[in-house]
Amino acid sequence: MTTPLVSLTNAGKSYPELDALKSVTMHLNQGEVMGLFGHNGAGKTTMMKLILGVISPSRGKVEVMGMAPDSKEAWHCRSKVGYLPENVSFYEQLTGLEVLTYFAKLKGFARGNAKKHAIALLEQVGITHAMKRQVKTYSKGMRQRLGLAQAFIGEPKLLLLDEPTVGLDPMATRDFYKTVDQLKSNGSSVILCSHVLPGVEQHIDRAMILSTGELLAMGTLAELRQQAALPVAIKPFGLNGSVANDSKLNGFLTATCPNTLLVPEQEKIQVLKQLLSHEGLDDLQVETANLEQVYQHFLSLHENKHEPSVQKKGAQG
Amino acid sequence: MRQILTVANKEFHDGLRNRWLISITLIFALLSLGLTYFGAAASGAVGVASLSTTVASLASLAVFLIPLIALLLSYDSFVGEQESGTLLLLLTYPLSKSQLLLGKFIGQGSIIALATLLGFGSSAILLYFQLGDIQILTSFSVFIFSAILLGLSFTAISYLISLSVSEKSKAAGFALITWFLFALAFDLALLALLVGVENGISQAGLTQLMMLNPADIFRLVNLSGLDSSDVNGALAVAINASLSQAQLFTALFAWVALPLTIAIFIFKRKTL
Repeated sequence: MTTPLVSLTNAGKSYPELDALKSVTMHLNQGEVMGLFGHNGAGKTTMMKLILGVISPSRGKVEVMGMAPDSKEAWHCRSKVGYLPENVSFYEQLTGLEVLTYFAKLKGFARGNAKKHAIALLEQVGITHAMKRQVKTYSKGMRQRLGLAQAFIGEPKLLLLDEPTVGLDPMATRDFYKTVDQLKSNGSSVILCSHVLPGVEQHIDRAMILSTGELLAMGTLAELRQQAALPVAIKPFGLNGSVANDSKLNGFLTATCPNTLLVPEQEKIQVLKQLLSHEGLDDLQVETANLEQVYQHFLSLHENKHEPSVQKKGAQG
Repeated sequence: MRQILTVANKEFHDGLRNRWLISITLIFALLSLGLTYFGAAASGAVGVASLSTTVASLASLAVFLIPLIALLLSYDSFVGEQESGTLLLLLTYPLSKSQLLLGKFIGQGSIIALATLLGFGSSAILLYFQLGDIQILTSFSVFIFSAILLGLSFTAISYLISLSVSEKSKAAGFALITWFLFALAFDLALLALLVGVENGISQAGLTQLMMLNPADIFRLVNLSGLDSSDVNGALAVAINASLSQAQLFTALFAWVALPLTIAIFIFKRKTL
């Protein structure tokens, strides 16, 4: 695939009060899963709305499947896009099946097919037992599953999921990621929008980190780790303070975690060899930086960049 | 068109499910039957009152009830979905804003129209069997048709409200004020103008002012055909300078189309 499914070129959105999204350039290829991370108000939802064509960009260009998503020509593409909003409570007085059938019809399914498709989707998310009950009797997790089923209507080519695993129990979360992997292998592209969650790493190809409307970093996890240059944490057991006496090792110790060595990636092997030469070593724990740490790193980098100016102002005042 | 019908179908079924259709129909049926049979009680007799008295009393009650019911039924159609997040979701579907609005209008409009037809129609038929006067059916069809237009007009007006505010409770408040202004305050103001300002306003001028209120047009439609002895107040004056029935219906129809068009316009400009 040469043309990306979604491409943003210097796209931004401003409201009179704030710049919700400053200027973002990104491409999403077919069959790719992108994680979009950031705090509340980082511009995640704005970016999703731009891609969905619900709002138009204030500057730059947004293209989905080769067309501007807010244009009339892109109309028929919409049935190939699935979206799960962050906060949605479906029509409380309808049953789960009725809700899903309604949305399936709006996505272009004929009357009979809509119901069949809806039942199949409810089965996929595991709430067939409750499909004849009114949505108001649903638990939070069941509502979230209903929302997911809604997003999966019509085997979308592009899925935008805002906080998809909120309220899901571990089993349901696992099922959800399985579905994402399956969609991906069918050639669908997915944008997963979330706070950083454990377990998301192995299901995304690339990650984007946003903060206050700015793109802080983007790339595969390995690339981000490299960029962040976060140390590897090595925790030896059974050495009883002999590390502190080893001149080759004690440099890696810090006051905050006296039993853990924080080692830059390129020196990892050397340090490990040195540790193995110690007689008393029982066990070793090696932890590379996880997504959450990478995320924290980029955020703090961003904050530090802004802080000096604040301090200067304070000094003048 | 398919999308419009899908939305309309859903809204109509909501109206059935929430017992709106049945309760509005019952209210209208009881009201019109009661007025038909006991309308003459004020003059000391029990039994079927004259047709003009019946239609006059029905019209003066319907003019309060129908706008209120229409506003109640639809004030939250957009702001409610906005609050629950389904509006944003619907707009990511292959469904245009005007399709969504028209679909809702057809669905909720059908509830009002059907309830009006069934509620008032039933008593028209009963009355017809009692008296056997064909005049009853024609008077009632004018009444029912204009009542439906009045209901549709206030449905469209409540969409204006629902699209202009961001909270459901605010929409409810505005709906109540709208009802008060159109159903009560407007007429009082007209009356004050007539009485308070001598030669301040001509008959033609008064009639033109009344075109600014769909509820008054509805009254004019239904009362202009009756003996003016059953009608009093500002209306009696206006009726003397009355417009033709066709003109009045056109004006009432404009009160449906205009708010609906403005509502679509507001919706298109609305950002979520």
